[in-house]
Amino acid sequence: MKNFNLALKILLVVIAVILPLVIKAPYQLHIIILIFIWAIIGTSWNLLGGYTGQVSFGHAAFFGVGAYAAGLLQFHLGVSPWWGMLLGPFAAMVISLPIGLIAFRLRGPYFALAMLALGEIFRLLFINLAFTNGAKGILIMPEITSKMFYYYVGLSALALTIGITYLIVHSKIGFYLVSIREDQDAATSLGIPTTLYKNLALLPSAFFTGLAGALYMNYVAFIDPNIVFNLSNISVMAIMVVMLGGVATTWGPTVGAAIYIILGEVFRTTLGSANVLVFGVLVCLIILFLPNGIVGELDMLRGFLARKKEGAAGGVKI
Amino acid sequence: MSLLEARDITKKFGGLAAVSNLSFNVNKGEILGVIGPNGSGKTTVFNCISRFFPLTSGELYFKDQRIDELPAHKICDIGIGRTFQVVKPLKRMSVEENVMAGAFLRTSSMHKARLKANEIIEFCGLEKYKYREAKSLPIPLRKRLEIARSLATDPELLLLDETCAGLNPKESEEAIALIRKIRDAGMTIIIVEHIMKVMMGISDRILAINFGSMIAFGSPQEVSNHPEVIRAYLGDAYA
Ligand SMILES: Nc1ncnc2c1ncn2[C@@H]1O[C@H](COP(=O)(O)OP(=O)(O)OP(=O)(O)O)[C@@H](O)[C@H]1O
Ligand SMILES: [Mg+2]
Repeated sequence: MKNFNLALKILLVVIAVILPLVIKAPYQLHIIILIFIWAIIGTSWNLLGGYTGQVSFGHAAFFGVGAYAAGLLQFHLGVSPWWGMLLGPFAAMVISLPIGLIAFRLRGPYFALAMLALGEIFRLLFINLAFTNGAKGILIMPEITSKMFYYYVGLSALALTIGITYLIVHSKIGFYLVSIREDQDAATSLGIPTTLYKNLALLPSAFFTGLAGALYMNYVAFIDPNIVFNLSNISVMAIMVVMLGGVATTWGPTVGAAIYIILGEVFRTTLGSANVLVFGVLVCLIILFLPNGIVGELDMLRGFLARKKEGAAGGVKI
Repeated sequence: MSLLEARDITKKFGGLAAVSNLSFNVNKGEILGVIGPNGSGKTTVFNCISRFFPLTSGELYFKDQRIDELPAHKICDIGIGRTFQVVKPLKRMSVEENVMAGAFLRTSSMHKARLKANEIIEFCGLEKYKYREAKSLPIPLRKRLEIARSLATDPELLLLDETCAGLNPKESEEAIALIRKIRDAGMTIIIVEHIMKVMMGISDRILAINFGSMIAFGSPQEVSNHPEVIRAYLGDAYA
């Protein structure tokens, strides 16, 4: 079973690396690049919302700040927006810090509400500020137009995000994050500084969402506040992607992103204006019948089968 | 030597004094029993010691260090472990993972935390349930898990809140046997329990409270013969 899993992972990596050599069609590559971006956002959200239980309704704030960090470098200073891939994640962390330090001290829905407000505040702020070029947004002339290039950048960014998240989750920090999600009082009684650890989940979550934003700016080359700080298309979609794929699973957000983007595209091209409705209904059905998400349900099934075989309870993977 | 000392601690909820002007101490290696009718403030005393509630007034000392201004998570770090009367298992984690979450206080190594957890799981007789999800455990095992998880943090003082409540006589006996075993390993314990016989048998000293105030403090013999205690439990006619 272990060898099989390892082989599967190596195969996956090999496929991911050689895929753009096989699929050369720009449209298909475009779809995959979007999936990468959404998988990064979902994986980041999942660390905080899935593992730590701190639901954010405003990850667009981090995404938008990452995107604008890249765009504004070019707009004001003529610096290559690729530096935004460095600046964006850090800028997102900086704006996450005050929210975390204040809202995480309080019990209840304060963090979720604070994040919701943060996303909207940034949207309105960026629409009205001259510095950010207001509602007109920012257009850049990309130096590189090869889709294959963006594919590999996206793949690397996603690999980094999943890798770091995996290391966090499978360490002492991960145990503490899940403990906080399961019962904050119990966690405190075990000596876990809950506010600190929630921030330790928030910071990387903001960081990688900012990275996705910067990548988006570089790839799509145009942003405006209503696109990148969008509540339903970014903040809520981040949650949907994770719920669809599997909350608190390593691969869930990536699987969720793939399904979301692909189904969205298929419906958009075949169903015309009914696509939003059908898409919405389908997502509801999936969440209703697969409450653990697709990867979550598979894990449960695997656990169930393993238990039958060993005749003992299988460990719960966190 | 006093391991823990409470000086005139008071906790008010609005107008209600759940604990008022209570002073007591716990010596190293002893079991201190806390008794009192329902709602007399026993759990509130635990919540004050473990800093889940801030004191309204008074002082708490652990090993002569003032602790009533520490953040709640520090209490475990300095060596005071607790269980909850209404158990709080980490539901979707296995028994092993629950105990590991405690063990991580003293190590960052996954391997060491697992070894430690397994040692304690065996000590508490939970080996059979190691991989069970905590939410699937029946109450007696959940209570046991509370103790195991707390032991994994290496406490010097353990606060046990109604470990036997909701257990049948046989399960209670097993729980008491575990508590004795923990004491024999050198632990200092403050225990809250409603079964008088158990409390009289296991405690070195007993603190009796009613309406948040002390009514008697001494050996089980002294306390059980104290007229105030008899009145609180049986009514005026028996005092
Ligand atoms: N968080 C709280 N807010 C307000 N009042 C509280 C709170 N916790 C406890 N109380 C009140 O304080 C008093 C003491 O409660 P406590 O839980 O300490 O009693 P107890 O001795 O543990 O009772 P039991 O034997 O039923 O567990 C009760 O009147 C209770 O209603
Ligand atoms: Mg109580």
